[in-house]
Amino acid sequence: MGESNQTSRLTWEGCSVLLDINDGERLVFARLSPAATLKIGKKNFSLQPIVGCPFGSSFRVDNGKDGPYLSRVVPSEEEGGNNVQEEENVTGEELRDNRALVDNNTAQSLTGEDIDEMRRQGATGEQIVEALIANSTTFENKTSFSQEKYRLRKQKKYAPKVLVRRPFVRSICDAYFRKYPARIGCLRSDSLALLLSMANVTAHSDVLVVDMVGGIVTGAVAERLGGTGYVCNMHLGVTPHSLEIVRIFNFNNDTCKRIVRCCLNDLCPGQNGSHVQNENMASDSGNQLDVTEEDVSLEENKTSVDTSNKTGKRDPTTCKAIKAGEVASEELIDSWKEKGFSSLIIAAPEQDVWGILQKLLPHLSYSASFAIYHQYLQVLPSRTHPHMQMSAFGGYILSGTKICTSESGAQ
Amino acid sequence: MIPSDPSERLSLLRRIQEGDLVIVYERHDHMKAVKVIGGSVLQNRFGVFKHSDWIGKPFGSKVFSHKKGFVYLLAPTPELWTLVLSHRTQILYIADISFIVMYLEIVPGCVVLESGTGSGSLTTSLARAVAPIGHVYTFDFHEQRAASASCVPDRSIAGITICSLDYLEWEDFEKTGVNKLITVGVRDIQGEGFPDEHLGQADAVFLDLPQPWLAIPSAGKMLKPDGIMCSFSPCIEQVQRSCETLALKFTDIRTFEILLRTYEVKEVRAELGKGDEGFSFRSPPHKKRQHSTEKGDAVEASGAATVMAKPCSEGRGHTGYLTFARLKCV
Ligand SMILES: C[S@@+](CC[C@H](N)C(=O)[O-])C[C@H]1O[C@@H](n2cnc3c(N)ncnc32)[C@H](O)[C@@H]1O
Repeated sequence: MGESNQTSRLTWEGCSVLLDINDGERLVFARLSPAATLKIGKKNFSLQPIVGCPFGSSFRVDNGKDGPYLSRVVPSEEEGGNNVQEEENVTGEELRDNRALVDNNTAQSLTGEDIDEMRRQGATGEQIVEALIANSTTFENKTSFSQEKYRLRKQKKYAPKVLVRRPFVRSICDAYFRKYPARIGCLRSDSLALLLSMANVTAHSDVLVVDMVGGIVTGAVAERLGGTGYVCNMHLGVTPHSLEIVRIFNFNNDTCKRIVRCCLNDLCPGQNGSHVQNENMASDSGNQLDVTEEDVSLEENKTSVDTSNKTGKRDPTTCKAIKAGEVASEELIDSWKEKGFSSLIIAAPEQDVWGILQKLLPHLSYSASFAIYHQYLQVLPSRTHPHMQMSAFGGYILSGTKICTSESGAQ
Repeated sequence: MIPSDPSERLSLLRRIQEGDLVIVYERHDHMKAVKVIGGSVLQNRFGVFKHSDWIGKPFGSKVFSHKKGFVYLLAPTPELWTLVLSHRTQILYIADISFIVMYLEIVPGCVVLESGTGSGSLTTSLARAVAPIGHVYTFDFHEQRAASASCVPDRSIAGITICSLDYLEWEDFEKTGVNKLITVGVRDIQGEGFPDEHLGQADAVFLDLPQPWLAIPSAGKMLKPDGIMCSFSPCIEQVQRSCETLALKFTDIRTFEILLRTYEVKEVRAELGKGDEGFSFRSPPHKKRQHSTEKGDAVEASGAATVMAKPCSEGRGHTGYLTFARLKCV
């Protein structure tokens, strides 16, 4: 299997990262290609300084010869800063401390020009924030709670922090759920976690998935397989389902090879394969590139040349060389026909899940586990039942174990 | 239970063999783990079942007793294991377990430290997630517990006899691989912390201890930079104390409570007028006629049966709080 990209502790040229800006204010998925930039405020910052840094490191905006750039926060510094704030938060001493900062009460606010001037003279964002506080006439009279809010607001604007995270299924799912729940069928990460468990996804499994939720399930399964077994992404009609989210994972070639597609017809010839219209998820995934301002930007960095992995400090093997989601070979399909899949997951909102299950169950090994996600409780099998009401919750999961009778049923 | 190579995965061709662990399924709330041994029998309220009848059948088969009672024989999974293991302690259940595995970002190849082992309910799921090449080191100060957690009556997670060493290797030598995935240690983790040999080696640490704050500093030392830990505690006071300790070395501190509502799904004969006796509960139907692909066909010819779901009346309420934190990057 080799070392997987997913367990690497350092970023590399071309890797996919999750950037957490200002403690969750914005979450941006980005690829560290040479031309990649991140927009903070009105400025674009090159992401190059991030390459080769440990995941978990923080960056802030510093002034360099060529203007502001992302600069890594040295841990000891950061710790010092954090500790002061943490203590303030819990001890309540901060009232005194902060008052001390307000060195005059004259009603003088800094102007934009003043701030620009400070910047020109090399003031850090933190210094600007302190200056703003010191020059605010109202700060002193605020409650400690709103003082903190004020500080945070200014900090976000003048001293933004960027934290580099490894994109794992957890953060990817959480980020999508927050910003684009519809694209992942409102699948919450705890529900996704349950799907993976209930379907008994483990190394060396061959997992059949019907993933009409942007590829999040396919990616999650591939992450659990770690380059073993297969995840077979089945499409019901002629059009394959979108796998856009799979690209956000840092899968290496070993894992990408294990993500294949197959059409229902290939597995069960003679089925009327196109009985389901399956464009709903695929269609809105086409806009992924134009979202950048929002909490979750799914940038592929239009400007970057994605194939350039010339430096690749470590592990230059990302999904570039081998594409995830190739068509399953006939050999593979034949082996599945013979041996069956070891797990099945269906996440197909707005589909006739029962119908799909009926078709796919025969292709599951005996005693294999399956798990089905649905936002509504679609009661099986006569569907004469009204949908249960949706509430603030994670959806429904139907799970079971296939038993071995001539007429395979579910537990 | 956890395949260590592709030949061990579930397959339509796979048959129950002597020595296999099977989960004997009577009802969703009535299951039992049994090791298949040629001359043995299983006796329950449905009659006497001869193991020898089971050998050679596929997993998932329905098997009959001498008086025509039946059970299903399922292949073990960590989920089923959690339902059948003998409770030597409070255990974690599937909703918490699956969340823990995902939020600790455990992927194949990870090294995970756990304490206490308890009944080992979480441990098998951790092992499944790190397989095939990662490792779970799990510690409990209770020797007997540590020992019996490893005494899973399974040829693939097989029994071990306790030795007085610090480490108890899971002792199944045949064809398993799970012994390669889990190591059980006897140790007072709150008092002594995790062993130094794991310093800076762990991708994730999980604590289910009465005073987790005592073990958190050690957990921090074991983690790789940016590694994640989780502590499970039933009481919010434990969470508060833990968070105070966590704040020194960790970031992204978040506490969750996971609630899973299970539903009973039943097929009900639609003679609703008669009250309760009018209901006839059966397992979900699997009649031939329902294999039809036409949507319109789904309404049954009999017209009388409908399927209903309601939340199980005895749900698990509060289990505990899961507090996650990430080691600050040095
Ligand atoms: C609630 S149980 C853990 C259950 C486990 N998570 C499961 O799912 O099966 C807590 C365990 O922690 C162990 N324990 C308590 N204090 C300990 C300590 N100081 N060091 C190691 N183990 C300890 C107990 O013996 C007990 O088995």
